[in-house]
Amino acid sequence: MGQVSVATPVEIERPDSAEETFAVPEPDVPWVTLVHNDPVNLMSYVTYVFQAYFGYSKDKAHKLMLDVHQKGRAVVSSGSREEMERDVQAMHGYGLWATLTQDRN
Amino acid sequence: MAGHFEATPGGGAAVALDEVEISILRSLAVQLLELIGPGETPADGEDPLAALFAEGPSKPPSDPALARLFPDAYGGPDGAAPEAKSEEELRALSAEFRRFTEIDLRSRKREDALAVVRTLDALSPAGDGAAVLTLTADECRSWLGSLNDLRLTIGTRLDVSDEGEGEEGSLYRLPDSDPRKPMVMAYLWLGALQETLVETLMQ
Repeated sequence: MGQVSVATPVEIERPDSAEETFAVPEPDVPWVTLVHNDPVNLMSYVTYVFQAYFGYSKDKAHKLMLDVHQKGRAVVSSGSREEMERDVQAMHGYGLWATLTQDRN
Repeated sequence: MAGHFEATPGGGAAVALDEVEISILRSLAVQLLELIGPGETPADGEDPLAALFAEGPSKPPSDPALARLFPDAYGGPDGAAPEAKSEEELRALSAEFRRFTEIDLRSRKREDALAVVRTLDALSPAGDGAAVLTLTADECRSWLGSLNDLRLTIGTRLDVSDEGEGEEGSLYRLPDSDPRKPMVMAYLWLGALQETLVETLMQ
């Protein structure tokens, strides 16, 4: 999995302290996997996927499925960006419509 | 058992299919394979190791059904993402994700559809062409994935747009003369097959 490299070339001079504050993402802001509602996927299948992939209980999987269905989307997992990319890829493998985003709420 | 899956001991499932149903399922699975496309096999004289490092596409497929099977990983529907990123940034992130994941996703979907074709071809139909399809637990998962891919594909082609169409929507009350009617019948039938297969796996 290719990730944005954060290595800093050693020969570059360090910027002045006033310039150091920009564009550094906050590392402790978690990422989340969102599953979006779609008109095709069966409710029972979506519940099954949440149980089979995430290992959620039937109740939790069912509640998340209802959130997707009624609210249009639900946060189904959270963690590092790498973990969420893995979850999104798995959801796409199952045919669910998923995206990842940084959770700023 | 006709028309729906039932659980078998050992985590598998079985369904009785008639000759026409077997033929339709096989034909749909082959069409899905054609839609997904062939795998990346190294050409003569090329380093087979190169395939391990092959990068996938960076742009979403232009075919709407394929775009639904392989959606963008960043962005999503309007207003869904609370992140303060521009459209351009989201497209770049989605493109990078796609380069590193789409080949794997395509091969998984291809393997599922191939399992459907293989299990149908292994049937030994009776004189009337009917047979009982018995699946192992692994084959059930392949079938479940492929039935879902088929429904996503057909649903996109039919423009199944919201769940209000579910029971009383216009798509399901088409006159017999409508050219979409056979596709709608297939879509509903695949839905019933998938629903009963999910039920056997949740037991």
